[in-house]
Amino acid sequence: MIKTMKWLAVGALSAAAFGAQAEVNQVRVWAAACANCHGTMGKAETGNESLAGKDKDELIQKMMDFKTGRKPATIMHQLTKGYSDEQLQQLAAYFASLKK
Amino acid sequence: MQRRQFVQTLGAGSAVAGLGLLGGCAAGGASGAKVIVVGGGYGGATAAKYVRLFSDYGINVTLIEPNPAFVSCPISNLVIQGSKTIADITTPYDNLEKRHGVKVVRDMVASIDAEKRMVKLAGGGELPYDRLILSPGIDFMWDTLPGMAKPGAQDKVLHAWKAGAQTVALRKQLEAMPDGGVYALSIPLAPYRCPPGPYERACMVANYFKKAKPKSKVVIFDANDDIQSKKGLFMKAWKDHYDGMIEYRPKHKVVDVDAATNTLKFEFNDDFKAGVANVVPSMRAGAIAVTAGLATANNRWCEVDFLTFESKARKNIHVLGDSIQIAPGMPKSGHMANQHGKTCAAAVVALLEGKEPLSLPIYANTCYSFVTDEDVVHVASVHRYDAEKKTMLTVPGSGGVSVAASELEGRYAHAWARNIWADTLA
Repeated sequence: MIKTMKWLAVGALSAAAFGAQAEVNQVRVWAAACANCHGTMGKAETGNESLAGKDKDELIQKMMDFKTGRKPATIMHQLTKGYSDEQLQQLAAYFASLKK
Repeated sequence: MQRRQFVQTLGAGSAVAGLGLLGGCAAGGASGAKVIVVGGGYGGATAAKYVRLFSDYGINVTLIEPNPAFVSCPISNLVIQGSKTIADITTPYDNLEKRHGVKVVRDMVASIDAEKRMVKLAGGGELPYDRLILSPGIDFMWDTLPGMAKPGAQDKVLHAWKAGAQTVALRKQLEAMPDGGVYALSIPLAPYRCPPGPYERACMVANYFKKAKPKSKVVIFDANDDIQSKKGLFMKAWKDHYDGMIEYRPKHKVVDVDAATNTLKFEFNDDFKAGVANVVPSMRAGAIAVTAGLATANNRWCEVDFLTFESKARKNIHVLGDSIQIAPGMPKSGHMANQHGKTCAAAVVALLEGKEPLSLPIYANTCYSFVTDEDVVHVASVHRYDAEKKTMLTVPGSGGVSVAASELEGRYAHAWARNIWADTLA
């Protein structure tokens, strides 16, 4: 058991040393659902918008404008209505925190 | 206690995890645990990649897949239409190995020992797992079409409902058909893989005929009472672009096929002889899920817990993608399988770390259909977990279809494909 504890400690240290990614929380997994079109970790392939590292307030504004119908869209007005305003804000904050 | 033993104990949900010793261990907690993913389609390949991502590359992932590369069903109707090639819709598995450290084994699983947590490979050998993720897609219920058991029948009357060799073969049959011939497409009773797919295929075959064989016709025999997806948009496209070329006959259930003469036989209607017969048979979960005893819904589909995608029949085995008993309003689609893969991956990582799975999955489905080689329509929906009903439900007020077919959505459809292929495989 002593050895196990030692290994656990080493595991924790190395995770810290190598800069572990963000915790796998609910917002990160919601955001992963956007990756089909907007790329893994918000980095999109040609033809769709990358979301990683964008300004948080601009992202919130854009998604709210889709949701209210102020900004015309083919599909985003239908998708944003599936999320509460707070959830959209959390998603915006998450994408804004990612490296471009 | 050696590390290997420790990991095994951890996977079993041991007293160590119960004591909370893992609390301070963060992402390193499940390091070295073994996850096996069976099936490298939209669901399985995504699950494999995201278990690696969500575990900070700590959990070992082996993907078992018999095909040398991924071939996409979405966009495959454009190969049949002629504007894309099979190479355009094929992606190798290299990046899953090189970028994400997924071990890809080109083989099939012959059997699963759920007690010992081992899979036996068809090519020989056994692999142990802490958690198993099955994403075997669909298999066809050939016993519902007795004539298709005759030698050579399945090479002559194609389904082309698993993209690959049959997609190319169907294109060749259409090229070989003389002008003035009839292409017949039969659709099984829902649920089947890709609800709008057959209606898109009718458009794409008619689009080819219009350019190359204008006297030819498309006849759709649908076992269902009506068009299953994007009804108004497909009907408008058939009238606007293919008037007199596409005929739709609902309530026509194919019960047998004479492949030698390309003849479809129906439950209640007269036989129909086609120039090219394209029969999409009834479907069930992929064979390995059925033989493993996981297809608990009508012996066809696998019931799962929608928080984790763990099978309701077996512990430590997760099932996702087209194989599952879907939630209300949830289509069997590649996009949805990719979404299942992420929710399942997050849950598998949490469970192997001794944590509770996340409690509020929300994800969307987006499905584009080509009605000409440039104009596209979509259907979208957002699905959220309902804790009381313990299933995924569509969020009221969300989702919908295109106002009209457009070239703009055509560009988005190609962008969707590039992005989801990268998200799944790169």
